[in-house]
Amino acid sequence: METFRVILLLILIACAICVSLTKRLLTAVIIFMGYSLIMAVVWILLESPDLGITEAAVGAGVSGILLLVTLKKINRTETDSEDLDTVSDERAGDGDEDR
Amino acid sequence: MQGLLNNFDEAAAVILFCIGFSTLLFHRNMLKKIIGLNIMDTGLYLFLASMGYIRGAGAPILTDTEVINMADYINPVPSALVLTGIVVSVSVTAITLSLTVRLYSKYRTLNLDEIYAIARRTEKEEF
Amino acid sequence: MKIDKEKFSAWLNTDPDRLSGMEEMAEIPYPPRERIKEKRHELEERIDAQPVGQISFLSRKFWHRLYTVFAVICCAVMTVVLLSTVAALPRFGEARDAINELTERYIVSGLKETGAVNIVAGIILDYRAFDTLGESFVLFCALNCVLILLRIDGDEDASHHELYFNLAHDDILRKSALFSIPIVFVYGIYVLLNGHLSPGGGFSGGAVIGAGIILLSIAYGERASGALISEKVFKTVCFCALAFYGVAKSYSFFTGANHLESIIKPGTPGEILSGGLILPLNIAVGMVVSCTIYGMYRMFKKGRF
Repeated sequence: METFRVILLLILIACAICVSLTKRLLTAVIIFMGYSLIMAVVWILLESPDLGITEAAVGAGVSGILLLVTLKKINRTETDSEDLDTVSDERAGDGDEDR
Repeated sequence: MQGLLNNFDEAAAVILFCIGFSTLLFHRNMLKKIIGLNIMDTGLYLFLASMGYIRGAGAPILTDTEVINMADYINPVPSALVLTGIVVSVSVTAITLSLTVRLYSKYRTLNLDEIYAIARRTEKEEF
Repeated sequence: MKIDKEKFSAWLNTDPDRLSGMEEMAEIPYPPRERIKEKRHELEERIDAQPVGQISFLSRKFWHRLYTVFAVICCAVMTVVLLSTVAALPRFGEARDAINELTERYIVSGLKETGAVNIVAGIILDYRAFDTLGESFVLFCALNCVLILLRIDGDEDASHHELYFNLAHDDILRKSALFSIPIVFVYGIYVLLNGHLSPGGGFSGGAVIGAGIILLSIAYGERASGALISEKVFKTVCFCALAFYGVAKSYSFFTGANHLESIIKPGTPGEILSGGLILPLNIAVGMVVSCTIYGMYRMFKKGRF
């Protein structure tokens, strides 16, 4: 059990780093939902089943849904724009006009 | 180093907290910032919950109602606190997301730099 | 239906949203975006026409770099400080010093005083019940803020929002939802009603039920979920549950603090009707949470109930 928890914690750290490094927002949100689900398992292993159920329902379910609906609403599933000028140029030239 | 390996759960929680914090600081995208805030939250909760854990003890649900042995149960206080915290973090996420939607509907971007630039320019236009 | 190879490989390579090309979505205009985009372009052109001062440009770059440097220093210092603190903590899992008289009181006499087998439920709904009331109000206030920020007024047309992500005709989603929705609801109600006996309680059960209603609304359209929760039902349920919580817990604290005899008895431990006020309070909290979560989703999706 000890080893299992250590592995899960390492996966958690990897997930957090991936969320920070991914360019696409949709990918980031989905990795975050997986992160919350692993967190629920970690809480079961830490003998706090109340927290596990709550995290699985709230963190992975509701926060994820809210983030996804926000993404869909602003329709920006493409990239995470870092640079000011290039992005606005790209956007002006894009036929889709949705970025 | 040995201390960190002994307290691996707490160390992981602190690392998660720092990753969330750096996501909050370095990313210019509002949604990334919100996700970073959530990761910070969960790191903090993991720290609290692992402080209350006792090796060999079970979940704080009584199995024997007559004889209650203290050593059989983990500390229930961090669990109760974290339960409150999780729900509050959802509220914070909802409010920040709705503010983000409003910002997007005004400025048509999620990048904080762009928002600042446009806001500054608009201010100059007005005065 | 034959498998479209090109589409499949595009999907595999995480192509941009496949739904955006579907005909019912392609032709829907998005008026506000266009308008503001035009305005912004106009603005940018006007700004570009003005001579940009070298100094202000330099200073912007400078501040940006300064911010980055300070942020790196801040993160590094915080990481080092926190990790060194963690290294000095007592060994994980053996921190018996953390068990003080408060914890002992909760574990040893919690069952006698609250009647709840689940000690965490006893803490959050009996010893710290006003804390939980405040938490419910935090959730309710969050919903009100979302409502203020995202509500679409009557004269504004909301139909394009609705059509924009309408998945209600998806067969796979419908069939799988047909099987999973009852399970989700039953599980949520179980978790809600057994909060004092097993893990769970008002918040987790309410969140599960709220997620089930959201699934219903996604799979079968707003009419199905609107039959369950309309705006009026939402207002009534939230008000009644919060008011009941406040009144019931005030009574309990009043009698307890003044050593009066309370009509609410803890009951036999382990039975479903035990734990005094915990079961009704769990139900009240669960109703508020499920309504709030569904309301938030609705606000984000459509802007109205």
